[in-house]
Amino acid sequence: MTGPRVTRATRASRIAMVLGAVTLIVLAAAPWWAGRADLRLMGEIFLYLSLACLWNLMAGYAGLVSVGQQAFVGFGGYMLFALTIFGGLHPVVAIAGGGVLAALISVPIATLIFRLKGAYFAIGTWVMAEVFRLAFAQIQALGGGSGTSLPVAIVKEIGRKKAMRESVSYWLALGAVLCVLLAVYVFLRSRRGLALTAIRDSEVAASGLGIDIWRTKLEVYVVTSALTAVIGGLIFLQKLRISPDAAFSVNDWTAFVIFIVVIGGIGTLEGPIIGTLIFFALRETLADFGTIYLMVLGLVAIVVMLKAPKGVWGLIRDRFDIELFPLSYRVHHPKD
Amino acid sequence: MTEWINAVVQGILLGGLYALFAAGLSLIFGVMRLVNIAHGDLIILAAYMGLSTTVMLGVHPFLALLIVMPLMAGLGYVLQRGLLNQTLGPDILPPLLVTFGLSVIIQNALLEIYTADPQKLSGGAIETASIPVGGLAIGVLPLLTFAIAVGVIAGLQWIFYSTGLGRGFRAVSDNQDIAQLMGLNKAHVFGLAMALALAVVAIAGILLGMRTSFDPAIGGGRLIFGFEAVIIGGLGNLWGTLAGGVILGVAQTIGGKIDPGWQLLAGHIAFLIVLAIRPNGLFPRIEH
Amino acid sequence: MSDELLSIRELDAHYGDFQALYGLDMSVNPGEVIAIIGANGAGKSPLMRSISGLLANRAEQIVYRGAPIGGLRADQVAHLGIALVPEGRQLFPSLTVEENLVLGAKVGRTGPWSLDKVYDLFPILRERRGQASTSLSGGQQQMVAIGRALMANPELVLFDEISLGLAPVVIKTIYDALPGIVGAGLTAMIVEQDISKALSVASRVYCLQEGRVSLQGRTDAITREEITAAYFGVDA
Repeated sequence: MTGPRVTRATRASRIAMVLGAVTLIVLAAAPWWAGRADLRLMGEIFLYLSLACLWNLMAGYAGLVSVGQQAFVGFGGYMLFALTIFGGLHPVVAIAGGGVLAALISVPIATLIFRLKGAYFAIGTWVMAEVFRLAFAQIQALGGGSGTSLPVAIVKEIGRKKAMRESVSYWLALGAVLCVLLAVYVFLRSRRGLALTAIRDSEVAASGLGIDIWRTKLEVYVVTSALTAVIGGLIFLQKLRISPDAAFSVNDWTAFVIFIVVIGGIGTLEGPIIGTLIFFALRETLADFGTIYLMVLGLVAIVVMLKAPKGVWGLIRDRFDIELFPLSYRVHHPKD
Repeated sequence: MTEWINAVVQGILLGGLYALFAAGLSLIFGVMRLVNIAHGDLIILAAYMGLSTTVMLGVHPFLALLIVMPLMAGLGYVLQRGLLNQTLGPDILPPLLVTFGLSVIIQNALLEIYTADPQKLSGGAIETASIPVGGLAIGVLPLLTFAIAVGVIAGLQWIFYSTGLGRGFRAVSDNQDIAQLMGLNKAHVFGLAMALALAVVAIAGILLGMRTSFDPAIGGGRLIFGFEAVIIGGLGNLWGTLAGGVILGVAQTIGGKIDPGWQLLAGHIAFLIVLAIRPNGLFPRIEH
Repeated sequence: MSDELLSIRELDAHYGDFQALYGLDMSVNPGEVIAIIGANGAGKSPLMRSISGLLANRAEQIVYRGAPIGGLRADQVAHLGIALVPEGRQLFPSLTVEENLVLGAKVGRTGPWSLDKVYDLFPILRERRGQASTSLSGGQQQMVAIGRALMANPELVLFDEISLGLAPVVIKTIYDALPGIVGAGLTAMIVEQDISKALSVASRVYCLQEGRVSLQGRTDAITREEITAAYFGVDA
């Protein structure tokens, strides 16, 4: 007698794993087959995908809708500059250090802005990002309001030749996106992830189950802040120049990221991937139109939010019942 | 010493403008629990509408209000019924993300039409006129702005607590289902609330445009000032919002007096201090 | 058929995925007082919410004065002259007693009821007119809720759990007032846990059980045993 089996993996998810491994090898070899411009673009795609995954973890899973993650992108970027220029650290170490420092400062920030509920929390995060921008603009040693460039000597620590530097920068971005995807996936499959899902479904019921909602949300906030800062460091390692307006731009680091996640599918792991691909496809074809392109993006996001709140991935999943990252449990009843 | 007193007085008057930014935000949150991320961009939109009106008709910005206010109110009603009502519900994501998208659309539409060049509404002699009060020179325009803010808040207070419209607002805010049973169509009531909020936004936009130069990108900052005034004052309390605006304004002018680079930072810090010690604001509404 | 005030035809009501009513049929004639009884979860409140428009249904499932109204919104139903005294009073806490009553007249129908008439019916409310509605006792709040519904000058009033949670003396006051309310040509449907109270004022009764009508008839023609059986779903 066999009862129903409960599994998470599906055939689609196993195929996706194999395809993923092949894709990874091909991507890792990109410096040998891709042109400079393509390499740069792919690196940027990876970093945006990372930001999108992290924002999605906060907003889509933990219910922490932030419009101020640029605070940590910019913080990570500035830490790269500060720790290398004044601390003499290797850039990669400085980027990791930026992540640790971001985790540390995110705790007091969270204790303050967690007092704001729902949409007011969102604007509270924006205020924090403004505080960061204005504060870093006051630091004259980092160029004040006009910003500064990474000294050549430090740049050379990444690689002696330009091509080498670009390859390293690319690999770091690829490594980062892998780490972020893996971290989010493992987190969501862990007990904490289950707690998060319970909170998303019903805060009242979750607290009844003995889940400390505040603490769980804090953990998500700290982890995403730290990883967002690391990504910020990598972004400005690509750019080699930083200024308060670029580092703490709400458009670049939050608006685009939100659009990516909403269009792809909020609250799903696959959504940010699809959304990032759509975003860059649109950008590469419509970028010449400038402001019109941004208006179209905003309009698409509104329409998706109203007509298909689970985004493009939600539409695909409903139609084909597939899941690339096995998160949900499936019950298989043995055939009679 | 006079300089410091002057900074405080300027700050208080500036607070009137911030209270105007905040009043509309407070109103729509009170009636329908909606936080409109595009609020600041709508203020800037109103300023540009004022600009076009004054340029095309050659009238004073105050007269332009006669055109901009009804236009903004109409826009608010259409926006609410056509778009925002569909986002309201237990989930906070749709209203937040839809108004965020709206913010980006408005900003870039303004950029497309008016370019990124800073603009200003020309108020004429009133901009430079001032009244000497015991060694201080109090600008007529800031004083007028503050008086208008007080008037607007008193007006909103009167609408809320002494008219049938306000009764409808409060009823829908209390319990949407039961309000419907009374024959109130909540979609329409919400539309009226947004219309009223954007009429106030029109006043705020015109006054902002006469006070300082503006460009399409500064909407987000105005949203933040309004939001900070609301939180400092305490949710759901319109007079508290005025006090919140004044505190924010004074913090900014005093900060700016110490170091020009500290003007905005000092305002944010004042907000964070209030959030740390009085998370419900200084004057929260007392629930019955 | 044509002289029925309200006809309910094969009404299925849903709360999300949960089905609360299954093919319910019911008819109400002008001037009748109908008691709706049934255990918790039998579907009494979904029925009230459906008629008043708070729960959406197919248009033809609820017919009022010959017109299908099942698809209308609650505010549209209110304008047709159907008023609900909701379960748990549900006064507006931000409004004073008088403001609650005045809001009831928002639909703008004319008829015998006015602020003065309501105050005559429940004199205590006249004394408390300026107070916050939340400062009243439960019984006084119920009076406001009833008065608020009457202010609409409705043709059909739905009373949902009119005595739930109230002290016996208060229940008596309210039931003493009922004949005066429905006597003036009003049609009423009264949802009530207290069966004998309901039967004392009603001319007909419907008993619901698990979303279906388990018994209906004239109150003077059915026995206590039949009601008990229909109420609890056991064979008498």
